[in-house]
Amino acid sequence: MLRFIVTRVGLVIPTFVGITLLAFAMIRLVPGDPIELLVGERGLDPERHAVLRAELGLDLPLLEQYWIYISSVVKGDLGKSIVTKKPVLEEFFTLFPATLELSFCALLFAVLAGLPAGIVAGVRRGSVFDHTVMGAALTGYSMPIFWWGLLLIILFAGILGWTPVSGRVSLLFFFEPVTGFMLIDSLLSGQDGAFASAVQHLILPTIVLGTIPLAVIARQTRSAILEVLNEDYVRTARAKGLAPHRVIGVHALRNALIPVVTVIGLQTGVLFSGAVLTETIFAWPGIGKWLIDSIARRDYPSVQGGILMIATTVILVNLFVDLIYGLINPRIRHRH
Amino acid sequence: MAADTDSARAEGGLAPPRPLAEFWSYFVQNSGAVAGLAVFVLVAFLAIFADQLAPHPPHEQFRDHFLAPPFWQEGGSVTFLLGTDAVGRDILSRIIHGARYSLIIGVIVITLSLTVGIALGLVAGFMRGAVEICIMRAMDILLAMPSLLLAVVIVAILGPGLFNAMLAISVVYLPHLTRLTRAAAISELSKDYVTASRVSGAGMLRLMVVTVLPNCMAPLIVQATLSFSNAILDAAALGFLGMGAQPPTPEWGTMLAEAREFVLRAWWVVTFPGLAILVTVLALNLLGDGLRDALDPKLKR
Repeated sequence: MLRFIVTRVGLVIPTFVGITLLAFAMIRLVPGDPIELLVGERGLDPERHAVLRAELGLDLPLLEQYWIYISSVVKGDLGKSIVTKKPVLEEFFTLFPATLELSFCALLFAVLAGLPAGIVAGVRRGSVFDHTVMGAALTGYSMPIFWWGLLLIILFAGILGWTPVSGRVSLLFFFEPVTGFMLIDSLLSGQDGAFASAVQHLILPTIVLGTIPLAVIARQTRSAILEVLNEDYVRTARAKGLAPHRVIGVHALRNALIPVVTVIGLQTGVLFSGAVLTETIFAWPGIGKWLIDSIARRDYPSVQGGILMIATTVILVNLFVDLIYGLINPRIRHRH
Repeated sequence: MAADTDSARAEGGLAPPRPLAEFWSYFVQNSGAVAGLAVFVLVAFLAIFADQLAPHPPHEQFRDHFLAPPFWQEGGSVTFLLGTDAVGRDILSRIIHGARYSLIIGVIVITLSLTVGIALGLVAGFMRGAVEICIMRAMDILLAMPSLLLAVVIVAILGPGLFNAMLAISVVYLPHLTRLTRAAAISELSKDYVTASRVSGAGMLRLMVVTVLPNCMAPLIVQATLSFSNAILDAAALGFLGMGAQPPTPEWGTMLAEAREFVLRAWWVVTFPGLAILVTVLALNLLGDGLRDALDPKLKR
């Protein structure tokens, strides 16, 4: 087991170094003067240009520049935003809870709807229910989610007037962020209706962001169930005369869920990609919207720090999922 | 030779069916895949004959008809079947012309990433050692980035535009195709026919391209179809974020970006371009699923 963990963690290091190389190279590949990009001032006079060049270390050899960059990254210094002049890491952690809250709700929605749908579809293979679920899942998988979000806004915010169009909480409420999670903060504020407002704002973005994971989870669960139902131990369980719900619930499900857990874990990247679009549509103040806004404002230090943090998060979550998978499935562990 | 097979078939139908015929017989059993193929052919037809089929030129602005609703709604007319947008352009015509962009995006992205992916995958599969490790590590790095974010960052470097968006999306799909090619090449390399070819003096390039590659194609074709649909989806997303095709190009995602501010006033400017994306992508995914079932011997019934 220890060897498995060490090899798996060891594989992460070159990937992380590669990501820092990518982030490091990015700011030097953008057309234009890197000094002006990093400082955000245009048309500098040559004297100030030279001072800044020395200050930012851009006159050093590339390898040395990279060394300086990676040492500051390891110390948690990702540079300063050109627009707000605040450290990028601080900006990231201010906005991250909003994305985390939304992603968590979306994943919860996807699992709560996708797992049961996939299980029933698999058990009743070929039924009307199966065909409906699989048709819906393929449609969800093919969905341009930015359009899906706009459709839901037309229906629920426009025609029915049930939900707000954008934001995290109604402007009627104001309270200082404590945890950064609106659901918790609104409860802590003790203001009447604040929590309800936060929930209302969360519903449409959750559905939009959860749609693709939902489709993936439903499809994977169904095929995992189908595979397991053909196994000998399921036939044995049936032959012993166990009740169908015990065969499915105890014998089949526990084994079918192993690959599904991995698939759920691997949705992190999908969620980040989706967050960019979902947050843009619903003006949700999270990482995705911040990144797109930073690109539009040519705030390259923020973009550089942002992609580094996101890629690192994805790598760590995938590592965690792999380790869990190795823990629950010995066959994987011993292959290494 | 042909006479031999014919006589064998006449004697008792013992000859194996030709590969293409076998593939087709599996494919047509899957009604979803056939429907997907039909829709795809229709979209391709619209794209090719867009100039003849579209009722109006895609850029023409009818200044008396801003935000005209579709024909079945009050105030709509048959001149503009699906209504007009905020500057009076016919939405149906723009959608028909938009089919061109989506198909071109798909074809170019697949051609680029398939060519480079096959080359890198074959090299990694044949060389092993340091070259293989370098290539596969690089692919792992690309895979660690969420797909749309990677594309967004590449476009941020190259600058927004349709061509740069296509380049960015090609890079996003590169790792999947490289990994597939390498895995298929490695499993083929241990087989006897490759050894035979090597012993008879075939060079590395011949082994790669003529001997091994044709036998790796089945999974690549399936992945290419599925990537085709994802490319259309991602290009539309980039267009929607203002990083792909620029207005007034009638690209479906860009049309949605332009329509966003009218979402609560004119539902049709938002609904139809998105529906076009969904139908095309869904058709391609059905087609891809059908191809996988027909080409993958493990899943054959």
